[in-house]
Amino acid sequence: MSEPNCTVIRLQNVTKTFGDVVANHDITMEIRSGEILSLLGENGSGKTTLMNLLAGIYYPDSGDIFVRGERVSIRSPQDAHRLGIGMIHQHFKLVEVFTPVENIVLGLREPYNPAAAEKKIGEICRTYGFSLDLKCRVRDMSVSQKQTLEIVKALYRGAEILILDEPTAVLTPQESDKLFEVLRNMRRDGKAVVIITHKLHEVLSVSDRVAILRKGEYIDTVETAKATEQSLTEMMVGKRVELNIERPPVERREKRLQVAHLSCRGRDGVTALSDVSFEAYGGEILGIAGISGCGQKELLESIAGLQKTEPGSEILYTGPDGKTESLLGKSAKQIRALGVSLSFVPEDRLGMGLVGGMGMTENMLLRHYAEGRSPLTRTRPSRQLAEKVRTDLEVVTPSLRTPVRRLSGGNVQKVLVGREIASEPAVLMTAYAVRGLDINTSYTIYRLLNEQKRKGVAVLYVGEDLDVLLALCDRILVLCGGRVTGVVDAAGTTKEEIGYLMTKQNGTEADAV
Amino acid sequence: MKQGPSRRTPLFHIAKRDRMRPAAAWGVRVGAFVLALLLNALFVWCVVRVDPLTFYRTMLRGAFGSSSYLWATFKATAKLLCIAVALAPAFKMRFWNIGAEGQVLIGGMAAAFVMYHYTSLPTPVLFLLMIVCSLLAGGIWGLIPAFFKAKLNTNETLFTLMMNYIATQIVLYFYNEWRGIRSALGMLNSSTKVGWFSSLWGGTSDGSLLQNEDFWFIVIVAVLTVLMYFYLRSTKHGYEIAVVGESGNTARYAGIHVNKVLLRTMILSGAICGFCGFLTVSSQSHTISSEMAGGYGFTAIIVAWLSKFNTFTMAGVALLIVALEKGAALMSNTYGTLGFSAPAADVMVGVMLLVVIGSEFFIQYRVMRSHAGKEAETV
Repeated sequence: MSEPNCTVIRLQNVTKTFGDVVANHDITMEIRSGEILSLLGENGSGKTTLMNLLAGIYYPDSGDIFVRGERVSIRSPQDAHRLGIGMIHQHFKLVEVFTPVENIVLGLREPYNPAAAEKKIGEICRTYGFSLDLKCRVRDMSVSQKQTLEIVKALYRGAEILILDEPTAVLTPQESDKLFEVLRNMRRDGKAVVIITHKLHEVLSVSDRVAILRKGEYIDTVETAKATEQSLTEMMVGKRVELNIERPPVERREKRLQVAHLSCRGRDGVTALSDVSFEAYGGEILGIAGISGCGQKELLESIAGLQKTEPGSEILYTGPDGKTESLLGKSAKQIRALGVSLSFVPEDRLGMGLVGGMGMTENMLLRHYAEGRSPLTRTRPSRQLAEKVRTDLEVVTPSLRTPVRRLSGGNVQKVLVGREIASEPAVLMTAYAVRGLDINTSYTIYRLLNEQKRKGVAVLYVGEDLDVLLALCDRILVLCGGRVTGVVDAAGTTKEEIGYLMTKQNGTEADAV
Repeated sequence: MKQGPSRRTPLFHIAKRDRMRPAAAWGVRVGAFVLALLLNALFVWCVVRVDPLTFYRTMLRGAFGSSSYLWATFKATAKLLCIAVALAPAFKMRFWNIGAEGQVLIGGMAAAFVMYHYTSLPTPVLFLLMIVCSLLAGGIWGLIPAFFKAKLNTNETLFTLMMNYIATQIVLYFYNEWRGIRSALGMLNSSTKVGWFSSLWGGTSDGSLLQNEDFWFIVIVAVLTVLMYFYLRSTKHGYEIAVVGESGNTARYAGIHVNKVLLRTMILSGAICGFCGFLTVSSQSHTISSEMAGGYGFTAIIVAWLSKFNTFTMAGVALLIVALEKGAALMSNTYGTLGFSAPAADVMVGVMLLVVIGSEFFIQYRVMRSHAGKEAETV
């Protein structure tokens, strides 16, 4: 249908705004068949919005889209299908209780014939090298399998142009390599593939060309062969950035937290953590790695007193004064009443760590509002704190009263981290502290964590980017399916080893428990 | 399969606004108000052929035209405001208390029960007992749905709504019981004035403000409005309510006991409604009826929403709605013979609310003309 390396999609002066925010400004670029194009940019640079215009999710305010030379108006995902455009969103659009085949044919206007559909799916899998189990339900599939299913679904509908939004965010390094292999097969078959990403090493390893967006503006498209990490970063950020993460040596190591045989169930009653034991020390950063949803959230929430634990679990805290307290079964307020200074930067910033509808001042009050005997809240100290966080961390906000929900992701995180650090913690737990942040803010966060480490704080860093975990942390604990599959020294390990631990299934042990 | 998508661009599309300047937002609201006036004028013209100016003059007179009209308007405003103030903490907590009507009824019922059965108590003791009983009754009526929400996560909207019907039937039961063979119940203790506000100054009035039952009703509600404003704004309880309303997870993270706040706040909300029932019985109706709350338990929901739970704004909104209602009532009196009935007056109030509330859409979103290839323009 399409000849290799001819232009299949052309965007001409496309603009899309949300309120005052210009998500895409006057963008002109093209997508070619038979190649993998990386769409690179920091969070908020408008990558996903731009691709959603092609997938029929949004409609451009102005500008034209040409598909195979013809001007088109894509008003719905159906229109996109008909044009052969398939997009795999970051959040999968699958019906959990259906089988893969049912999901694939869902919404197609053709008689339902499972046998024929399965045959066609089998062919697609053979052509591109997918492995897909058709006999299970979607809810029993792993994230990587669901992603495969989404890709097969798009191909089944005759997609010639495939757009993948941050496809590797939820995959282990091994799974990512497998995905890239499939993408290369599709390229060979003459399809146009676009991957939205902000990971530079992926861009360099898989794509033919890189299109760069910055703050909604189109910067340039370059041949990958002629690009380096440094040159791409500069285009993405707009200035020179130092890409090294510092790891100061551990000075004094004091035991702060001892977790033993910790088990708990998630909200759905399924075991989320089983028999987790480890220690965390003041003056070091303990990384926690794992595929998302392997118990990281429950682990931190158990320590913070937000998660019910199973009998037999133990969480002991040893303060700088040598006193040991058990944190088990205590609420966040009771833990604080013990004099334990435990700070927690949760994954869900606006849904748990902060109150989105309140301003900075009122958010500073959140952890300490109950102090003192007066029935009134004292706002002056929190206003001073808010002012301090605003200056120290360079939070950009119109005023201290502006609801934090209106701030950008990076500023929201600065408010949260700023507040948690301000309470001078002995233990600081962070979950995905740099997710969605631009490079500059990410480095600010790394710097702040290192500062805490130097002060003798025990830092727990749950992260997803293995490169960062390896560079920043002193030790890395790996979780897989709610159990600890290894604790390794960050300086003496490799990405591959951690990737292996992240998928290691301890079948025999699981049966014994 | 090969049939391509239509090349026609859609005529309009809708985009969320980032934020509208407050002045512009108020402009939209005032514009909506004017539009509603015009629509109503058209409606009235179609029904009774009265020219809009005369018509609106009649309306204004019905709301503010004479001292008795004025008192009626302020009295009703105070009652509506009182219920809206009671709803404020619950709504701020995102607990949709649709049961104010029932909470007012049951509070009024409790107060009436005391003044009907304990006529021989000394006045201060009697009033104290009436107040305590109405607070308790309303508080319990609010607590029941909150309890089941906390324990079983029941839907509070349905639960509180159903509680209204129970309260109505209880009041009807006592109404019939006390009425006996008479055709109507009439005012309780009408000769002795026991449990009436006026009994506090001896039962007769010298006509001054200080001996006016309605005046004290209004003063008490005004005080409540101010207190509630500060309760929500400056106290730890108010802070907890705001956090729980925004996100239960954030509340737990901060160490707030979510269920405790839920129960406490609903007791408060119900108790103030119950207190409103006491005020109504003791200073206005001096009797019970299933119409005691007069539908204000539902109207107050609109007041609370339109005011974004700010109790001072509530005062203004309540006045506007009551004024409309009173004005429309005089309209139906004056032009009733021409065919302008009470339901027609309700239509007018409905049009007003619909247009004014509907205008919020244009504050949140903007509608744009789609011009492919050209700059889009805002309409």
